Amino acid sequence: MSVTIVDWQQHCDEDGILWLILDKKNTDTNVLSVSVLEQLDGLLDEINGSLPKAVIFRSGKAKGFIAGADVKEFLDVTNTQEALIMIKRGQKLFSRIAALPCPTVALIEGFCMGGGTELALACDYRVALDDDATRIGLPEVKLGIHPAYGGVVRATAIINPLKSLELMLSGRGLSARAARSIGLVDSAQPARQIERAARQIALSPPARQQMPLLGKIISLPGIRNLVAGYMKKQVAKKAPRQHYPAPYAILDVWANYCGDNKRMMEEEANSVARLIQGNRVRNLIRVFFLQTRLKGLGDKKSFVPRHVHVIGAGTMGGDIAAWCALRGFSVSLQDREAKYLGNAFRNAHRLFGKRLKTTAQRNAALDRLIPDINGDGIARADVVIEAIFEDIDAKHAIYREVEARMKPGAVLATNTSSIPLETLATVLKEPDRLVGIHFFNPVAMMPLVEIVKTESSSGEAVEHAIAFTQHIGKLPLPVASSPGFLVNRILMPYLVEAFTLYDEGVAPEAIDKAATDFGMPMGPVELADTVGLDICLSVAQNLSQAFGIDVPGGLGKFVDAKKLGKKTGSGFYHYKKGKPVKDKDANLGDQKMIQNRLVFRFLNEAVSCLQEGIVADRDLLDAGIIFGTGFAPFRGGPINHSLEEGIESIVQSMTDYAGRFGERFRPVDGWSLLSE
Amino acid sequence: MATTNKKYAKAVYLVDGRRTPFLKARGRPGPFRHVELGIYAARALLLRMPFEATEFDEVIFGATMPGPDEANIARIVALRLGCGDQVPAYTVHRNCASGMQALDNAAMSIASGRSDLVLAGGIEAMSHAPLLFHPKMVNWLADWWAAKSIGARLGVAASFNPRMLAPVIALLKGLTDPVVGLNMGQTAEQIAWRFGITRGQMDQFALESHQKLHQAQQNGDLAAEIVPLYDSKGEVYELDDGVRPDSTLEKLGKLRPAFDKPYGLVTPGNSAQITDGAAALVLASEGAVKKHGLPVLARLVSTEWAALTPAEMGLGPAHAIAPLLKSQRLKIDDIDYWEINEAFAAQVLAVIAALKDRDYCKQQLGLRSAIGEIPADRLNIHGGGVSLGHPVGTSGARIVLHLARVLQQKNAKSGIASLCIGGGQGGAMLIERSVS
Repeated sequence: MSVTIVDWQQHCDEDGILWLILDKKNTDTNVLSVSVLEQLDGLLDEINGSLPKAVIFRSGKAKGFIAGADVKEFLDVTNTQEALIMIKRGQKLFSRIAALPCPTVALIEGFCMGGGTELALACDYRVALDDDATRIGLPEVKLGIHPAYGGVVRATAIINPLKSLELMLSGRGLSARAARSIGLVDSAQPARQIERAARQIALSPPARQQMPLLGKIISLPGIRNLVAGYMKKQVAKKAPRQHYPAPYAILDVWANYCGDNKRMMEEEANSVARLIQGNRVRNLIRVFFLQTRLKGLGDKKSFVPRHVHVIGAGTMGGDIAAWCALRGFSVSLQDREAKYLGNAFRNAHRLFGKRLKTTAQRNAALDRLIPDINGDGIARADVVIEAIFEDIDAKHAIYREVEARMKPGAVLATNTSSIPLETLATVLKEPDRLVGIHFFNPVAMMPLVEIVKTESSSGEAVEHAIAFTQHIGKLPLPVASSPGFLVNRILMPYLVEAFTLYDEGVAPEAIDKAATDFGMPMGPVELADTVGLDICLSVAQNLSQAFGIDVPGGLGKFVDAKKLGKKTGSGFYHYKKGKPVKDKDANLGDQKMIQNRLVFRFLNEAVSCLQEGIVADRDLLDAGIIFGTGFAPFRGGPINHSLEEGIESIVQSMTDYAGRFGERFRPVDGWSLLSE
Repeated sequence: MATTNKKYAKAVYLVDGRRTPFLKARGRPGPFRHVELGIYAARALLLRMPFEATEFDEVIFGATMPGPDEANIARIVALRLGCGDQVPAYTVHRNCASGMQALDNAAMSIASGRSDLVLAGGIEAMSHAPLLFHPKMVNWLADWWAAKSIGARLGVAASFNPRMLAPVIALLKGLTDPVVGLNMGQTAEQIAWRFGITRGQMDQFALESHQKLHQAQQNGDLAAEIVPLYDSKGEVYELDDGVRPDSTLEKLGKLRPAFDKPYGLVTPGNSAQITDGAAALVLASEGAVKKHGLPVLARLVSTEWAALTPAEMGLGPAHAIAPLLKSQRLKIDDIDYWEINEAFAAQVLAVIAALKDRDYCKQQLGLRSAIGEIPADRLNIHGGGVSLGHPVGTSGARIVLHLARVLQQKNAKSGIASLCIGGGQGGAMLIERSVS
């Protein structure tokens, strides 16, 4: 077969090494589409026909090696048969690479993910660029599948399985040095040496990577089943099997077929073909695309801030400031007195220690975080974020002072979650410039940021706020200025329903199990305890005024008794070492009923938000809820889930529940929009 | 180019300055190293400036004992402050007056037209002075690493003596003059003996130093120049922590002599403390002041450096103040305020005595008569090294900065800052401002 080679370039150098450069047309990022693989197949025919001294694979892109397979092509696969054909084609191709008689080297610069890593594993040697941009991983598990082009087989054959399985189960990306230390790559080299390294390895191939003794022992039959069992237990803590089968499938393929490469390859393929069935993978891919959409909002180039000023060094302000410093911005952090900044610096040290690898990087981040009692940083700030406690007068006083000292064109933002923007803006000479940039707690872990705008908010201020959010590596979600915005508004009725169930005598364990069985990462009761019952109460009271939700009395009782949840050691649950003590024999009650009550409140509120235009469209709503609450991602978001379940069926059940349990379950008008 | 009156040939303006709290060394390395102290001081200063760090023409810091990974500390601080790759920087060493030397160099650079905007100051983290291996241990290690065979290794191992492990305390070495063999405290004893300074006088001076500093802290006289520090545990440091508000003559009297045991008069209580601290100042030419619209705290007018026998290094200020007054045609009464670094209470008292002493002034300073008495109520009015501490590389910059603030606070015209210098030198700087 003769395929036109458009995405690969090749040249043979004076030493007889064939360089295969992947430079996929019309894109900045290399992905292994079916076409790219077909072309590679054709190239391998030529190579086998006249063998070069060695082959070096490299990317021709400015950024990155290979990002993985073409995810869009997954969506085209409609049944198991098609999936198996696609997978086996890829497996065969990579096996051809592995079987080439001459040495093969993968020269990895920048990101190398999924199929890209599998291609590299099929080569004899791997050399990675030692810089900050290089990340090597097998993140397929995040899409509900696992490596299918021989990645599971080869990774567990070359590298200690504890390390390679951990890599596949977590989906993390490793730096070049970390990859070197587990044996995923043979060498990590700076830019000034990498070509020479690849060439020398190709011309004088060193001894191939050997599985360390410990790895061999772990791979023995019997032992590996024990290891797999243990690892499954670890995975179950975060990802229950019923909703996240992929990690368990990886462990099964390894434990059951390790040692028999041919069989293991087949099972790798069959396993992924099975996983693709149903909606789960489709929905996880949808989440991936939703994330891409949020990442693409706004125009980063239109606004390049350099200095950020944060007012308020409490938990939120301190963490926002530290996060911005982590992301490379110079940040001045202000509070009334020096002593209020102490905790912010302690937490910043911890954050930088965890996220930054070298001392120089940590020092640089600390250098960028400037304590500023006098507000000297306001005059040079491109973004000013007010993050003090929720008091209108205090905020007004700050805005008056800050507006006078700010640079023209700088963004004035508030992190408020409960005071309307319109009320806050009244003291400004230019009220249009105030926007909300609403972070979630903990700032370092929550990717979503709600960008709050009013009817009169200046378009430029909003655009700049979105661009700023992109620059600090968060996902911006434009929302209308309405109580609770999107996330808190939808969470609240769900939490209130949980409290109501509790007041009715349902065990908290039962409530939480119903939610986690649905796919929520944490049950509502534990969530409330974690956020803090005082905060829940104040948010509930704030939203109940606006939306007429009845706040159940039980919550207030806890707060009065100073049992505020995890932070005081006791709330709905008792806490030991930060973990809730759950009663294993608790009466689980009618799980279906409990789950429905919780989910229906969630969905009903989501539809209200859609109807009111809190966000611009359904996809943004789903994205906001997934990234803001961790809502079962494999369901694709509340609206997507509703559509999958069937609008009529849900509306029917909710109407029924309205009769049985109260008017709050009556489907809102917005549901009719969805049935169109 | 020196003019006959030795003023800096062009106007040199002190725009503003900041310093860290001075933290007493307490037997182990403190929470902040040299670089961090420098950055805290300079960073807060920069935040207030209407220009970018990249606009400095150069950066000059004094420091006498930066760590082995802090070579040319001024350059490291400059880079980490964001001055960018293209702002040159260097570090100066004139022992205890390194901070003043940095200011003098900056002033000369501005006066010569080479620079318009300079960041200068002093940095010292004395608590981080290293413990060193004894030379015998270093040689043993060299032998060990050079030994190639098992036999050779065994031979080296056999020569090991546990006494070689006793560390050398670098700080003690640094505070001892290698030429005359006296440590700094002993030189203070020497000049106390020469001028008949009593133990009682020393302790009284020390007590007043603590009282003045304590009072200044209460009144907020230091708040404008101090930048709070935050360590990795979230501890906040806002005040100079060597002050002892509860000091009494009785308590001071109980302390034993530290340097000439057992008969000496100089104790840890009437000596400067071992301290960590940094100070950063922005100096500018007339052109830079106009270009950026900078506020001005004072002008640096002239600096004198003098040298004398190391055994009496404490009298250094007298040797520098005399020619400074002469070249500027000023008398003691013309100077509104004084900052003389309190290395030792005895030493400042001896300087005051020397300047009053006709014979000393004639024989040692080449003058026709005594210079006069520095008024006690115009000297170190907010405390000094005894209560504040003396981070060696920093004090020279701190006293100039604080003197400028005092002149501003009191709406006064002129001040002289001076230090004695280990090794037998003295430095004195005249600053002036326009009174309103």
